[in-house]
Amino acid sequence: MERIIFYIIAFIIIVFAMASVSSRKMLRSVIYLLFVLCGIAGIYFLIDYNFLAAIQLTVYAGGIIVLIIFSVLLVHHIEMELEMAKPLRKILTALLCMLGLGVFLYTIYNNHFNVVDNQVTTTTADIGSKLLSYDAGGFILPFEVVSVLLLAAMVGAIVIAKGKKLTDNNDTEL
Amino acid sequence: MNIALNITQTFQDWLVGFMPEGAASITAMVIVAVIYLMIFAVAGLYLVLLERRVAAWFQLRLGPNRVGFQGLLQTMADALKLVSKELTGTDRADKFLYNLAPYFVIITSLMALGIFPFTQGFQAFDINIGIFFLIAISSIGVIGILLAGWSSNNKFALIGAMRSGVQTISYELSIGLSLLTMVLLTGSLQLSEIVETQKHGWLIVQGHVPAIIAFMIYMIAGTAETNRAPFDMVEAESELGAGFHTEYSGMKFAYFFLAEFINMFIIACIATTVFFGAWLSPFGITESLPWLGVFWFLLKALILVFLMMWFRWTFPRLRIDQLLSLEWKYLLPINLINIMLMAFLVWQKLTIQF
Repeated sequence: MERIIFYIIAFIIIVFAMASVSSRKMLRSVIYLLFVLCGIAGIYFLIDYNFLAAIQLTVYAGGIIVLIIFSVLLVHHIEMELEMAKPLRKILTALLCMLGLGVFLYTIYNNHFNVVDNQVTTTTADIGSKLLSYDAGGFILPFEVVSVLLLAAMVGAIVIAKGKKLTDNNDTEL
Repeated sequence: MNIALNITQTFQDWLVGFMPEGAASITAMVIVAVIYLMIFAVAGLYLVLLERRVAAWFQLRLGPNRVGFQGLLQTMADALKLVSKELTGTDRADKFLYNLAPYFVIITSLMALGIFPFTQGFQAFDINIGIFFLIAISSIGVIGILLAGWSSNNKFALIGAMRSGVQTISYELSIGLSLLTMVLLTGSLQLSEIVETQKHGWLIVQGHVPAIIAFMIYMIAGTAETNRAPFDMVEAESELGAGFHTEYSGMKFAYFFLAEFINMFIIACIATTVFFGAWLSPFGITESLPWLGVFWFLLKALILVFLMMWFRWTFPRLRIDQLLSLEWKYLLPINLINIMLMAFLVWQKLTIQF
């Protein structure tokens, strides 16, 4: 049963990944990309890792895809189509893709995977206590570093977006 | 799979009696899906009727009262009419995305409906990340609206869709943070466990002041998230025609329309589960009759739905800049302070528990 579902999801992911790069309409390829990301979330659900699946849905499907759709909506008209690449370029890209795929398959088939018989569902409580633990195997330092980084990014974004007003008008108006 | 006692399991056990296990689990899934689909359709239709009657009551009219007793069959008749209507579309629309968009909206609200504990054991999927799953799902619904607006090849629809995107992304923050405030009290995201903690008093009582603030923020943000008045910038009739679904007709329009009402019901259901003890009766008066839980759940949810309808027919529509400054300059800072206040209460054990 789970094997069948896995193959269905894998098939969906591969088909839509190819459709996404080969579609000539920009928004359609974004939607195909959305299906790919949802398929990956489906695989996380299948291995019973619900938290990561929900993260995948919120961050990638709900966040990044919506941002991409927004930018497409702003710049793209419905009748525009992406132009076809030159034949030489197509062949070159195809060769590079085949090479990359070959390297991947070679590593996957030659790597010995450690099969762990894991029946435990990771709960959010486990993840939370690991994130904030000081002991060995805890993630408090990266957690704090990432939060400072995000804060810096947010302040930077606001400064760039507000730009002029912050520097020029402060003295005169206030 | 980690599925606790729920209706899928009950059906599966019953079906295993006369068919192999693999077929039984698939049949059980199909039956549960059909049940939820029926709940979806019937609830949607009757919420539309309720909205019309409530609107009539607020405006001192009678409302639909001719088809069936007190107009009970009115929306059924409307649905039949919509099925028989021609499906039209704009000439140079992107047909694939145009037809896909309503399903995004419908499927996301249907998926959200599946995880509510209507009563003890009446829950299709008791996932251990409950609330987080709801937030994740609701962030996908907006894609349907954006697609509908863009692929209609209509300027009004596009503007409506853009507004919807901005609005939903902003107000999702408030919904998430206000629910997070309540999660501090429960210590779990799983909906059945949230109900379990409320046996010592509903969360809005347990968390008193910050819980009430969180509830108010949640209701404001929830109304905005479902694109209802006073936040219906998306389909502001006076400016945009009908917003993102201007070009949709017949059943495709009905999908958007039903999904809007189901989303309102979902917002009310989340509030019922998180703030008002889901299927628990007040003071435990009907604790010995678990099936009455459905009654209590629906009663609480419908009172909240009525509250949202009350908003709709009372307040005038906001401007888009007012809408955004309400979220980013008021609700978000209040919410962040509220979370700290709630954390302080939980730390100092100042919560009220019976």
